Amino acid sequence: MQNFINAYSAVNLSYLMRGLWVTVEVSVVSIFFSFIIGTLLGVARYVKIKYFSAIVGFIIDLIRNLPLLLILFFTYFALPNIGIRLSVIPASIIAMTVFESAMLAEIIRSGIGAVPIGQMEAARSNGMTYSQAMIQIILPQAFKKMIPPLVSQFISLVKDTSLATIILLPELTQHAQIIYGQNVNYTIPMFAALALLYFIVNYALSVASHVIDRRLN
Amino acid sequence: MINILTNNFGTLISGLGYTLLSSIIALVASLIIGTVFALLEISHKKWVRVIGKAYVEFIRNIPLLVITMAFYVIVPQFVMQMDGFTAGTIGLTIYTSAFIAETVRAGIQAVPAGQMEGARSNGLSYTQAMVHIVFPQAIKIVVPSLGNQFINLVKNSSILAFVAGFDLMYQGKIIAATTFNTFDTYLVVGVLYLVVTMPMSYAMRYLEKHWSRA
Amino acid sequence: MAKRIRRLGVLFAALAMLLVVSGCGKSVADSDALARAKRTDKIVWGVKADTRLFGLMNTKTGQIQGFEVDMAKALTKQILGKNGKAELTQITSDTRVPMLKAGNVDAVIGTMTITPERLKQLNFSKSYFSAGQSLLVAKDSKIKSVKDLKKGTSVIGVQGSNSVDNIKKAAPDTRVLQLSDYSQAFTALKSHQGDALTTDNGILYGMSQQDPRYVVVGGTFTKEPYGIAMNKGQTNLTNAMNQALDTLQKNGTYERLLKKWFSDVPGFDVQEVQP
Repeated sequence: MQNFINAYSAVNLSYLMRGLWVTVEVSVVSIFFSFIIGTLLGVARYVKIKYFSAIVGFIIDLIRNLPLLLILFFTYFALPNIGIRLSVIPASIIAMTVFESAMLAEIIRSGIGAVPIGQMEAARSNGMTYSQAMIQIILPQAFKKMIPPLVSQFISLVKDTSLATIILLPELTQHAQIIYGQNVNYTIPMFAALALLYFIVNYALSVASHVIDRRLN
Repeated sequence: MINILTNNFGTLISGLGYTLLSSIIALVASLIIGTVFALLEISHKKWVRVIGKAYVEFIRNIPLLVITMAFYVIVPQFVMQMDGFTAGTIGLTIYTSAFIAETVRAGIQAVPAGQMEGARSNGLSYTQAMVHIVFPQAIKIVVPSLGNQFINLVKNSSILAFVAGFDLMYQGKIIAATTFNTFDTYLVVGVLYLVVTMPMSYAMRYLEKHWSRA
Repeated sequence: MAKRIRRLGVLFAALAMLLVVSGCGKSVADSDALARAKRTDKIVWGVKADTRLFGLMNTKTGQIQGFEVDMAKALTKQILGKNGKAELTQITSDTRVPMLKAGNVDAVIGTMTITPERLKQLNFSKSYFSAGQSLLVAKDSKIKSVKDLKKGTSVIGVQGSNSVDNIKKAAPDTRVLQLSDYSQAFTALKSHQGDALTTDNGILYGMSQQDPRYVVVGGTFTKEPYGIAMNKGQTNLTNAMNQALDTLQKNGTYERLLKKWFSDVPGFDVQEVQP
């Protein structure tokens, strides 16, 4: 018990919170970009433009089938070779965005596929262009149905930020490791804090997804 | 790049072996644990449902790394000796079991309730009806997703690199550090992962199309 | 909070730009690091944050502290003048070489031994610290020296450190477990994942000071001269670094910093480590 009281000192808690903030920051920015890029890729794969869609599809498959850890290494250590010097936060965001965009692209593609074909035909026969119909009719319906899988992918993203400890992103898990690394008695309190904090953030996301899902459908 | 592969072939293959071993053990174990928790989740008793739901929700919302590190760091201090491979495989099992529980639950609930009622009214016990009537139908829904879980497991087993679990990523990190050839090493490691995951993922897509038609 | 939100905004903007601008520049690693340092008035240093006495994260301030951090700051002032800024980036034994070769950092001052293999890949300054490899064990451990690391024992090391190669030679029968940094490695030792932890004595003394239930045993069995590592071909920066080291040694700054960090470490001789 005494260990818990000592471990949750103001100093340690504020250090943990600084880590949590980086986790949130990296997650929010990565979700934002991967949602946009994932949608573009998902549509690109769905529309079946000769060669182009096949190539996009292959690249998506490559990325989806690699461990995120590997993509993190590549981004941090390989990008400077083409003249981009990145500090660890942007490097982590880029790696997360690349990986999660590919994961989201698959969800979005199958979401679009689930919208009845008649919808597109009806929109086209009412004089809309293909892209107008896609943006105004198909995608909004697809997103409505995709909320649960999309949000569960976002939750994965928040959890996956912990893997960036391997390139020393100063996020929640790394900060907890530093604290218990300096005092072994704090090990259990730190793991308890980690489980609780990740749970709160992700459970809030999942509750929000249920609420939105119910409102829309 | 070829040098990295040929000079370290044995090490890399042994790493891939541990990666696959850990993934297979975790798949089987998490299928068992996941099914148990799926059954808890659909129990008639409320408190049993609460336990099942709590487990699944809790595990699904915390990172694999946190679960794995807890087994690597805490368990040996207070409970029992546990090496990195074991801790990592247990972490993978627990993490994956929550996802499998959700799939199995969805599979069972997709079987029309009338099937269970019909079986019960014909004199079968709850367990008998579950085993003979509901499970065989649920399996059809669950099996395709197991392939995807296995692909996830192969990728996620790179978590063993954090706990000296001798897997492919761990060996890759060490080779990168000793040869100083980071880029090529991770390229080779990436190709080795893809050799396993890509064919599986295409096979899964083919199966899913086929299965849904059947 | 407002400041943090603003930072988030800046990040968004910067990343959006990065996605628009395609990377067509010359590799960061190849351009003259000294010229860039003078132009931007800063040197980007890779330092340890997991190693007590050398470079350790202070959770209270969020700053990294230690002998090597102080050295990095002093060397920066010496090379760039009073306004020169030392930007500190966390590295581990595992990430320091790729960080250098990719050009993420200009120089690494992080308990890095000058070895022939590394000299093929990197430039090194003159040595600034003479360490030697040793063992850290629990107080009641049966292991008293490298000779006790027989078959059936296991020893914890850190990926990317040359101490894992050395221990394989000195104790070929023991099983070596490599973790990603010293904090993880020490935690693994406390979790009984190995019978001993091996690396350079300076780092081990730091661990023993932090948790006195663990002691350094058996003396040193290698010589580990630490140098500042820079990318291969960065001759200007290497020369500037050597000159600055000379000056710091002559004007007494070096000895003052050494005493500041190591004079009250039990079992450690400040005279012995000076090259």
